Amino acid sequence: MSEAKTPFDVNALMQAIPYARHLGITVDQRGNEITTVLHFSQHLIGNPVLPALHGGVIGAFLETTAIAQLAFEFAAGDASAAALPKPIGLTIDYLRSGRPMDTYGRAEITKQGRRVATVRAEAWQDDRSRPIATAHGHFLLQAADDA
Amino acid sequence: MSNPNFTPEHIAMMKNVLIEHVPHAKAIGMTVEDAKRGEAWLSVPYSENLIGNPETGVIHGGVITSLLDNACGIAVQLALAERQSIATLDLRIDYMKPATPKLGLMAHTHCYKVTKNIAFVRGTAYHTDEDDPIAACVGTFMLAANRAMPVPVTAEAAAEAMKILAKNKDGAA
Repeated sequence: MSEAKTPFDVNALMQAIPYARHLGITVDQRGNEITTVLHFSQHLIGNPVLPALHGGVIGAFLETTAIAQLAFEFAAGDASAAALPKPIGLTIDYLRSGRPMDTYGRAEITKQGRRVATVRAEAWQDDRSRPIATAHGHFLLQAADDA
Repeated sequence: MSNPNFTPEHIAMMKNVLIEHVPHAKAIGMTVEDAKRGEAWLSVPYSENLIGNPETGVIHGGVITSLLDNACGIAVQLALAERQSIATLDLRIDYMKPATPKLGLMAHTHCYKVTKNIAFVRGTAYHTDEDDPIAACVGTFMLAANRAMPVPVTAEAAAEAMKILAKNKDGAA
């Protein structure tokens, strides 16, 4: 616990998640802040005419962003994937169509209880003030999952 | 609306138009299993690259999000009198239990209300028993969201689709 400041490699944890890897999500860690990056790839497209990212991909990205933030802030002592928080509910607001380019994500924990954490996340592309989607969700923290 | 059920040809066409041209749906192996007016049944087979927790092998919640989002969109298309471009406005998902490793996922979605601008949908994701859901969702979709058509229809595919639609219309009339 005295080593609480030891940097925790969230990216390594994310790379251990097959679906996060499949989508091409990495974590850019700078000091005590993280930004998730959804690297554009053709298989993320949902509407090839516009073209636009698949809504499910954006949802999955926001969920992963929230999980990364929770892991970063709370699971620092335990980098095992078994400790990943589990989603209970997630509400996604789609604000703009996701263009075929890299997407960035940030999440903020609005409330952390003993068993459940509430998280907000947003995703943007070239302009952070113009998010393409936001989400808020509740996550079950694994330490409380044994019951 | 006089044609509540779709013929196998129509479902085959939807598989082609609604899945084949949606790269992400194709990438995770989504399939339209069944459809009727305003309702869709889709599946995603279990696959190693969809895992969300490598220690347990449980599928990532995001896969369920993708499946439900796509299945909701198809249910909306199936509720509309004619195809138009739609966009997800919001989607709320409740995860009731983790998916069982090695089992494929199913989703059943129902577009239960269409207004001038908005379509309302709900759905569930499950393995085999819809009454034992993994997740439930409600969503809203904006109609006529973009001027561009949502699917690239090649001349051949369009002609084929029109033929099937015309045949269905005749059959129903």
